[in-house]
Amino acid sequence: MIVKNIFHLYYDGFRSMVVGKALWKIILIKLFIMFAVLKVFFFPNFLATNFETDAERAEHVLTNLTQPSADNH
Amino acid sequence: MIEQIDLSMVGWARATFALTALYHWIFVPLTLGLSVLCAFFESIYIRTGNEQWKSLTKFWMTLFGINFAIGVATGIILEFEFGTHWSNYSWIVGDIFGTPLAIEAILAFVLETTFFAVMFFGWNRVSKKTHLFSTWMVALGSNLSALWILVANAWMQHPVGMKFNPDTARFEMQDFWELISSPVAISHFVHITSSGFLLASLFVVGISSWYLLKKRHIQFAKRSIAVACTFGLLSSLFVAFTGDEHGYVTARTQPMKLAAMEALYEGKTPTGLIAIGLINPNKKPGDDQDAFSFKVEIPGMLSVLAKRDFDGFVPGINDLVYGNAEQGLMSTEEKIRRGKLAVASLGDYKKAKKNGEHLVANNALSVFDQHRDYLGYGYLNSPEEVVPPVALTFYAFRIMVGLGTFFILLFLVYGYLMEKKQLENKPMILRLGVLSLFLGYIAQQTGWIVTEVGRQPWAIQDMLPVTVARSNLDSGTVAVTFFLFLALFTVLLIAELKIMTKQISIGPEGE
Repeated sequence: MIVKNIFHLYYDGFRSMVVGKALWKIILIKLFIMFAVLKVFFFPNFLATNFETDAERAEHVLTNLTQPSADNH
Repeated sequence: MIEQIDLSMVGWARATFALTALYHWIFVPLTLGLSVLCAFFESIYIRTGNEQWKSLTKFWMTLFGINFAIGVATGIILEFEFGTHWSNYSWIVGDIFGTPLAIEAILAFVLETTFFAVMFFGWNRVSKKTHLFSTWMVALGSNLSALWILVANAWMQHPVGMKFNPDTARFEMQDFWELISSPVAISHFVHITSSGFLLASLFVVGISSWYLLKKRHIQFAKRSIAVACTFGLLSSLFVAFTGDEHGYVTARTQPMKLAAMEALYEGKTPTGLIAIGLINPNKKPGDDQDAFSFKVEIPGMLSVLAKRDFDGFVPGINDLVYGNAEQGLMSTEEKIRRGKLAVASLGDYKKAKKNGEHLVANNALSVFDQHRDYLGYGYLNSPEEVVPPVALTFYAFRIMVGLGTFFILLFLVYGYLMEKKQLENKPMILRLGVLSLFLGYIAQQTGWIVTEVGRQPWAIQDMLPVTVARSNLDSGTVAVTFFLFLALFTVLLIAELKIMTKQISIGPEGE
């Protein structure tokens, strides 16, 4: 009974939305652009993409910390 | 010249982050404040049983929903940027940021999937008290979500409760309580959430004033203004109080930021506060030029605000850069020397460990431990690099404080005119109310400019400059993302404004 009530709360709520429908479209488009386009093509995680293990990542960052590149400034 | 445009990779990464953060902050403060105002409106409805308060609550709740929907997940883009543009930083702080951000994510998920649904879908489905409880939970949850983000940000301003692990290249948490009870975190949280309450009050007052100017929904507008005005006045006074406390904390934890906020080059006893000033754009640290072309100063006031003592010494930029033996201030040159020892010993430790030379590694670690507090200075090339952009920090601070003061007066005037039942006959005041809605956003954005620009060059105060926090990417790649975001954010902002203005134009139901 409780599950049914909760289901109807969401089901009827979504069905009767007016402004919400446009908002959900915007949210879904936005999330698609963010995760399927931006994250994949423009925002790869630099350390996750270029190094396989945490040890390699730590080594890379330590190298940057101990031998900062000349073009830092 | 406020600041030279920096077209390096770091410059583009900073610009992209600033753009994303400023855009994100268009939505967040309104969510924080409007959720609380909606809860107040609904509480009045439950108390009075008057259906007009219900209609009023639903209207503001709809605008809250629009703002929330457009703003939702814009903060995630900041996390993308951490991973791509700021990978060194992201790795180094991973252990510290993990806990607060995980709590924030879980809290937001639980609250948004349960109480949000009841708040928007639950009218006539759950009891009035359950609905009100859900609305308050959304308000509480939204503000608690902000707490964890602000704790993380405060840690960057004042890193406490951690220790750098030279094996993993990470700051590791030692004391979670020290992290969340840091004076910067507390003053940050109360100041920023209360400023969100203030912005939401201006939002309600601004839109309601527009209705009064258009002679539409008059009762609705007056009721909204009565609540928002009271809440706004209390919030704006609290913002002033917490801002003062925040300044006092900044004086202790980030004296260079305070010196930049005041364009104070030479520390004095007592030190005056510049009420209004025009900065000399040619002024450089260490030269003998005047810092101002024009200024109005309140004698001794900065000493009182920063030190709680009329005769308190407030260090200036030159004191902090070149040192002041009399006041016990170490020069940045000495800090750089110690920082370079920390960096070199870290390198020695890494090399010795790799070669299995344990004694050499232990000695190097011992040297590193002696100088670890100055680690970040080891990456600077000159003492003057510790000076943030002074003019931008100075002017942004004055705009924020000036607007904050103006808002207190505005709420007082509105309150007085409401009491005298004359508000709707004062079109100039109503227009000022509408304009103040936009001024509220300017105050919000300038506040963050002071916080973030004022702490440059640090990504983590004294520990990691932005130049080392970055990823090894070329500037062209990062520049592309800047313009990509500019286009995306502009489209989203237009979408929000369109939906929001349409809804405002329709007005509340049943009126």
